[in-house]
Amino acid sequence: MLSKLKLTVALTAGLVFGSAAAAQTELTVYTAVEAEDLARYAETFEAANPDIKINWVRDSTGIITAKLLAERDNPQADVIWGLAGTSLLLLKSEGMLEPYAPAGVEALDPRFVDDSTPPSWTGMDAYVAAVCFNTVEGEKLGLSLPSSWQDLTDPMYSGHIIMPNPNSSGTGFLDVSSWLQIFGEDGGWEYMDKLHENIARYTHSGSKPCKMAAAGEIPIGISFAFRGAKSKAAGAPLEIIVPTEGVGWEMEATAIVAGTANLEAAQKLVDFSVTKEANEMYNTGYAVVAYPGIAKPVEHFPEGLLEAMIDNDFEYAANNRAAILKEWQARYDGKSEAK
Amino acid sequence: MIARDAERLPEGPAIRGKLGRDDLIMRGGMVVIALYLLVTLAFPLYAMLSKSISTYSFDLAAFELQVSDDEGRFDGTIRTAAELNEATGAYTPADLIAGSDGRLGVTAFFPDFSFRSPVRYRIRNATDDGRFLVGSTLHDDTSWQELDSNTFRRVQLRPVETRGLGNFASYFSTPALFNSIQNSIVIAVISTIVTVTLAFWFAYALNRSCMRFKGLFRLIAMMPILVPSLLPGIALVYLFGNQGMLKDLMFGASIYGPIGIVIGSVFFTFPHAFIIISTALAISDARLYEAATALRASRWRTFWTVTIPGARYGLISAAFVVFNLVITDFGLPKVIGGQFNVLAVDIYKQVIGQQNFEMGAVVSVVLVIPAILAFAIDRAVQSRQVALLSARSVPFAPKPDRKIDRFFFAYACAIGLFIIGLLGVCQFAALVRFWPYDLSLSLNNFQFDRMDGGGWGSYFNSIRLALLTAVIGTAVIFFGAYLVEKTRGFRTGRALFQMFAMLPMAIPGMVLGLAYIFFFNNPANPLNAIYGTMAILVICTVTHFYTVSHLTAVTALKQMDREFESVAASLKQPTMKLFARVTVPVCLPAVLDISIYLFVNAMTTVSAVVFLYSPKTTLASIAVLNMDDAGDIAPAAAMGMMIFYTNALARILHLVASRGILARAQAWRMR
Repeated sequence: MLSKLKLTVALTAGLVFGSAAAAQTELTVYTAVEAEDLARYAETFEAANPDIKINWVRDSTGIITAKLLAERDNPQADVIWGLAGTSLLLLKSEGMLEPYAPAGVEALDPRFVDDSTPPSWTGMDAYVAAVCFNTVEGEKLGLSLPSSWQDLTDPMYSGHIIMPNPNSSGTGFLDVSSWLQIFGEDGGWEYMDKLHENIARYTHSGSKPCKMAAAGEIPIGISFAFRGAKSKAAGAPLEIIVPTEGVGWEMEATAIVAGTANLEAAQKLVDFSVTKEANEMYNTGYAVVAYPGIAKPVEHFPEGLLEAMIDNDFEYAANNRAAILKEWQARYDGKSEAK
Repeated sequence: MIARDAERLPEGPAIRGKLGRDDLIMRGGMVVIALYLLVTLAFPLYAMLSKSISTYSFDLAAFELQVSDDEGRFDGTIRTAAELNEATGAYTPADLIAGSDGRLGVTAFFPDFSFRSPVRYRIRNATDDGRFLVGSTLHDDTSWQELDSNTFRRVQLRPVETRGLGNFASYFSTPALFNSIQNSIVIAVISTIVTVTLAFWFAYALNRSCMRFKGLFRLIAMMPILVPSLLPGIALVYLFGNQGMLKDLMFGASIYGPIGIVIGSVFFTFPHAFIIISTALAISDARLYEAATALRASRWRTFWTVTIPGARYGLISAAFVVFNLVITDFGLPKVIGGQFNVLAVDIYKQVIGQQNFEMGAVVSVVLVIPAILAFAIDRAVQSRQVALLSARSVPFAPKPDRKIDRFFFAYACAIGLFIIGLLGVCQFAALVRFWPYDLSLSLNNFQFDRMDGGGWGSYFNSIRLALLTAVIGTAVIFFGAYLVEKTRGFRTGRALFQMFAMLPMAIPGMVLGLAYIFFFNNPANPLNAIYGTMAILVICTVTHFYTVSHLTAVTALKQMDREFESVAASLKQPTMKLFARVTVPVCLPAVLDISIYLFVNAMTTVSAVVFLYSPKTTLASIAVLNMDDAGDIAPAAAMGMMIFYTNALARILHLVASRGILARAQAWRMR
């Protein structure tokens, strides 16, 4: 009954507004961006492009990537807006992305643009690893504030650190691949061996360790800075630490799914995603965005974070991903009754 | 029994019962429902199974390479990677087995390789299905790529798909994964023993004693079914976590691990066990007890010779239902399992974390084995089951006994406290502004539109899904159970059907969901159109929860003597009339239980639909999962409680509605 009514209304509206209503294109956009940001993204874009409507499919990075790979032979998405760069590299290496140079892409920091011509994806913003330290619980337990990754291997922290499992969390993989880059292949594994002795457990999501630290469940969480800043803003007694050796980071990026039926609308969306306006929008939640010179500081963000970002080799991370995860699992995941 | 006697008779002229119209209708109905199960279960599972034996390996013969001299000139010598590997021994055959995301560097083929040298390299696929990457750019045609040595360093070969048991070999040789089998079984066995024991005495108290407030306790016992399995995990964190209210009760042990999984599993499987055992205990023949009293048998002896044998089928069904629920559940161990790996979470890690669908399928296949064993045991027990409620039966009515009634009342209170306690903690958690630092109350955690995972829209989608599932699912499942129980002859067909009906219990939701993607999202599939709609969610949910509903229906139908069918036949009444006038009314409690069971499970289901929802069909239960996953535990508890209140309301409406119907249809019980 209701749907009949809706249909009638829609038909009437179609007759009245004629071509305008008929021309509206619906884009299915896959994203891992936090839900509270999505409405803003859609509103801003749809205001500029009233003829295009966005249908979000939002899930965690892992699920969205798995979904895209599973749908490889019959893609459901038109555009990916806000998915981890390494995931997009993976999709690119499967030939699933439509190369396209969005208008105005030259203005972006080249670190944020795929190096093929035309590029297969363009970056939006970056999220950066950091350590969340609960000062209240830390004091109770008599823990001193760590300042580097190496500090975290001190036996004092035994059982008081929580980090994401790289096998199920993109943030966890970011940490592991950055340690392998910072300390070298052998040094990296040696470091993780020692760190493992102090880990209470590995979580499945990247933001959870920081939230666990915020809730005092485990005093130290290896997570990302953005999450720490948010929890701090919510009233958590947190100190956000940028380890001195440098921190890993991952970008969020945009791409067109190869074979989309709505190529023109998809291109418009990607054009929009690289504009200054869009980057200002990303800046609300992220301190680092692809468009140089517009980033304003984010409340509670730690000092010196941008300088600490390592020179990340995404290709290394993507191409060695399977081998790194296998090694990690063999070393640490087998010890189920470790603690 | 009858069949066995018939085997002993000498072979006479073959007398074949005429297939009447009724038989044809019933067989036709069975074929339709069997077809439904085939398409929604067997085919997707087959797609999954074939995924598990699809392995990936590097076919070195499919890549051709050329090397220039120091001036960058090529002399035209083409060698395949296989020849180079033979010459250098760079990779062993074991190195050439990979996952779908496997990559193999090429520089190892050239022992004197230097990325600074002026030597140039050419590489191409010798066949159309060869694939390699330069950096992250895929090359899947047969044209030559000429690269300088620095770029050549970035070449990665990709594996091709083959078939074989390689995945299983690598699964069983990975200790981390293999360990999970033992963990899963230990957890499931302990949870089963605890749950079935607790649920049996609870059901016994409610059916066989005259204790007070039975209706209330029945309601409380059903509560855990109203929430997603993650919720007890969340409650346990608030109770026994490092910041928990009752942390000291743990005496230093961690709730994150086997202890937490078992406690949570007992909580969420309790109503499942209770519903089955209670159905079995509800209908009993008072004449047996009268006989026992007349024979001066002790209470204890009566219990072991009358009560337990009568409830045996229910007990065993309950045990394997609980066992499978625990072993296939992934929500609870994910929330509270800590570093204790179990199979269901391994699937999640393989599929979501590593995008290794093949290994996910392998773990799923491993998970199916215990279920098939359970199925075999169930069949063995079932074949010995005798109908308890015959046309001559006298319903049993318990007599008051103060001491015993008090004891059972205290027992029921303890169980009730456990259930209400965990839910109460979740409600409290949902209202606290910032645990444990700011204990003021607020409704902030209910602002779902500001959280990850779906918002209020997903809540209303869940209600729609639940209603559709309850109506369509009950009709399909009860009719299916009736056909399989009451059709005469057609034994192979019935056994096959029964097997299909048992399968869903064994299939972890996540596997079912993935299987659906592989099957329904195939463009060659004519059913492709339902992908991404509410329809696929309904189908998936009905299929996922088929088994328990089917068992409830079968258990109820079993209590009905087959004589009813014979009487109807001799009175020349059509079977469908008997079905509508006798079977459905007699089994109405079971039918109503099935519909509410489906409704609440559709509200709480997570894993099966996590891959299948679309922008228009996001669900509340998935929002709980995502919010907990992101560490937003309080909002997750809040959404979980919304599901709880919705389900509780549905149950109350259901109770009011069914009371009216039952008063009329169940008059025969009230002598």
